[in-house]
Amino acid sequence: MSAFTIAMVLSVAVGFAEAKDKVKVAFIGPLTGGVSANGIGGRNSADLAVQLRNADAKAKYEYELVALDDECKPNVGVQVATKTASDKKIIGAVTHYCSAVAIGAVDIYNKFSLPVIVWGAVLPDITYGNTYKEVHRVNGTMINQNDVAAEFMAGQGYKKWVIIHDTTDYGKGHNKYFSEALKKNGGEILATFGVTAEQQDFTAELTKAKALNPEVIYFGGLTPIGVRIRSQMEKLGLKAEFQGTSGIMADAFIAGLGPLAEGIVAFREGAPVDKLPGGKFFVQKYKDQGYAESPEAYGPFAFAAMNLLLDSIEEVGPNRKKVRKMLNGTANRDSIVGKITFDDHGQNTVAAITKYVVQDGKWVVWEDSEYVSGKRKLQGM
Amino acid sequence: MDAGLLGQFVVNGMMLGMMYALVAVGFTLFFGVLDVIKFSHGDVLMVGTFAGFSTYLGISALGIDNAFVQLIGVLVAAVCSMAFLGAVIARYLVLPLKSAPPLNVLLITLMLGTVLRETVRLFYPDGSNPKPFPYLLPTDSWAFGSFTLRADSMILLLGGLLVIVGVHILINKTKMGLAMRAVAQDEETAKCMGINFTLIVLLTFALGSGVAAFAGVMNGLYYNEINFGMGLLLGVIGFSAAIIGGLGNIYGAILGGFLFAGLQTIGAVALPFSSAYKDVFAFSVVIALMVWRPTGLIAEKSSERV
Repeated sequence: MSAFTIAMVLSVAVGFAEAKDKVKVAFIGPLTGGVSANGIGGRNSADLAVQLRNADAKAKYEYELVALDDECKPNVGVQVATKTASDKKIIGAVTHYCSAVAIGAVDIYNKFSLPVIVWGAVLPDITYGNTYKEVHRVNGTMINQNDVAAEFMAGQGYKKWVIIHDTTDYGKGHNKYFSEALKKNGGEILATFGVTAEQQDFTAELTKAKALNPEVIYFGGLTPIGVRIRSQMEKLGLKAEFQGTSGIMADAFIAGLGPLAEGIVAFREGAPVDKLPGGKFFVQKYKDQGYAESPEAYGPFAFAAMNLLLDSIEEVGPNRKKVRKMLNGTANRDSIVGKITFDDHGQNTVAAITKYVVQDGKWVVWEDSEYVSGKRKLQGM
Repeated sequence: MDAGLLGQFVVNGMMLGMMYALVAVGFTLFFGVLDVIKFSHGDVLMVGTFAGFSTYLGISALGIDNAFVQLIGVLVAAVCSMAFLGAVIARYLVLPLKSAPPLNVLLITLMLGTVLRETVRLFYPDGSNPKPFPYLLPTDSWAFGSFTLRADSMILLLGGLLVIVGVHILINKTKMGLAMRAVAQDEETAKCMGINFTLIVLLTFALGSGVAAFAGVMNGLYYNEINFGMGLLLGVIGFSAAIIGGLGNIYGAILGGFLFAGLQTIGAVALPFSSAYKDVFAFSVVIALMVWRPTGLIAEKSSERV
């Protein structure tokens, strides 16, 4: 925090020295609450993009980042979205990790004509459920993710699933798209359990699941309850493969489980950051800036989104309508998460999905893991 | 449903019930002696669990890896520190408001709960993320068909039972218990009889908070995962359990705890709708019970308070 404050103060001081016009941009994500690790990683990454731009002598404007907390709660998200959108000094924003929040906030951005780029939320309806010109998204949707997930897991030879999902828009979306994709791939769903996002005890659901003898437990939800479900599976002697979504792709997930995390699979859009030309650059700069927290899995997306926004402002000036137009025309732009091209709905169409597995306490790309060579095996294989 | 599966549900439900009962006992003790509702109870439980977890990290850092020694260390640290915290809360937040409307105590402790929760989240290292609580009990398990009996669950159930029996003996068979009951019945008369009112109140709050810390460690050992928000729902459920049992009556609290766990299990297992509604179901039944028996299932007789 202190490094962050000092950096902000310094950047302001530098700004006065050079007397550039000041432009405000916003970042919104969950900075407190159960998934705050992801939100803070995203905030730091967006801040990094702003810092690097301010350090660049060629930049036309002096940028100030306004970072706001949506707590991953739709009601809070709508409030901060309104606060951001109604502040005329803010030209654009990089918004939302949580789908349930993003889907509630898009109407506000449209109403106030604030161009935003979603950096983490994966619910398809955020871009595809409307025709808002203000809303863009750099990461892929859960449709792509679950298509790949279902095909991959069926390809491993699994046949019987039990689905557990949280009952937010996020979890329900995952349940819907995974179930559809699984049907195409010939998998069988023995039961589906909706659980609340704050639930502590899952023994009743898991005991019921155990009696059905599934090969895979598919979990559509976020890190905190993912950790609980996996550790309670162990308690009940439920030996099935645990398959997650991008929602558990966090270092905190592995830290919360310890050795129990081994062999858990999950899927995420975009190539892994260290495999991209700009990835090493991002990791290095992030380290140089001295943030206390890790960027987590979606940090690179927040960085890329903020960069794209700043590029647009540099090009057309601090004007919401012009920036919106500029963003809508984004095609084939290089970024650290790969090429970015927005379709009619502002959705990035280049959505390569990467498969991950936990190996020795790290998320490892499936193709690079010892699981693919047969040295280690997934549960029940 | 086969017998093994039924057995599994019963054991799961009993574990839950034991934890709820231990939390509810605290609510009922506080209400008994001082007629106050202390809403920070669930968060005190959480802080106790984190204190225990930190003790474990400390003991491990010292190079002691005997699980039994670690377990004792964790329990002693959690229970003693929370007993102290409970007494401090009583002395500086609850007692000064004794003659104020009860709503004030409820509000002030509700706010204290938020302070405790956010303090752990912000100042405990990496506090916003779930932490893996260590396995300190034997992890042997025996599978009988679809029923898995785990040694650690049995030890926890037994431990919880011992605590409840201990509290029972303390209240009914000791001089201190007699003083607590006297204060509960009539503060003025108890004072006239030479009972140190303040001391008894502090001891009661220490006892209730210590029991909550025990429940927190039990929760950690059972789920092997702790987080800063764990006390919130446990507090609400413990409170509801104390209410349906009959606030002020210790047996009512225990009955209420097990009843609530049973309702949740039935809600998740036997009802046709999504298990996400199990809490809705359980709380609806609690509401119905409260309408039917406003003073709780075991109605409070003033002579049997606490």
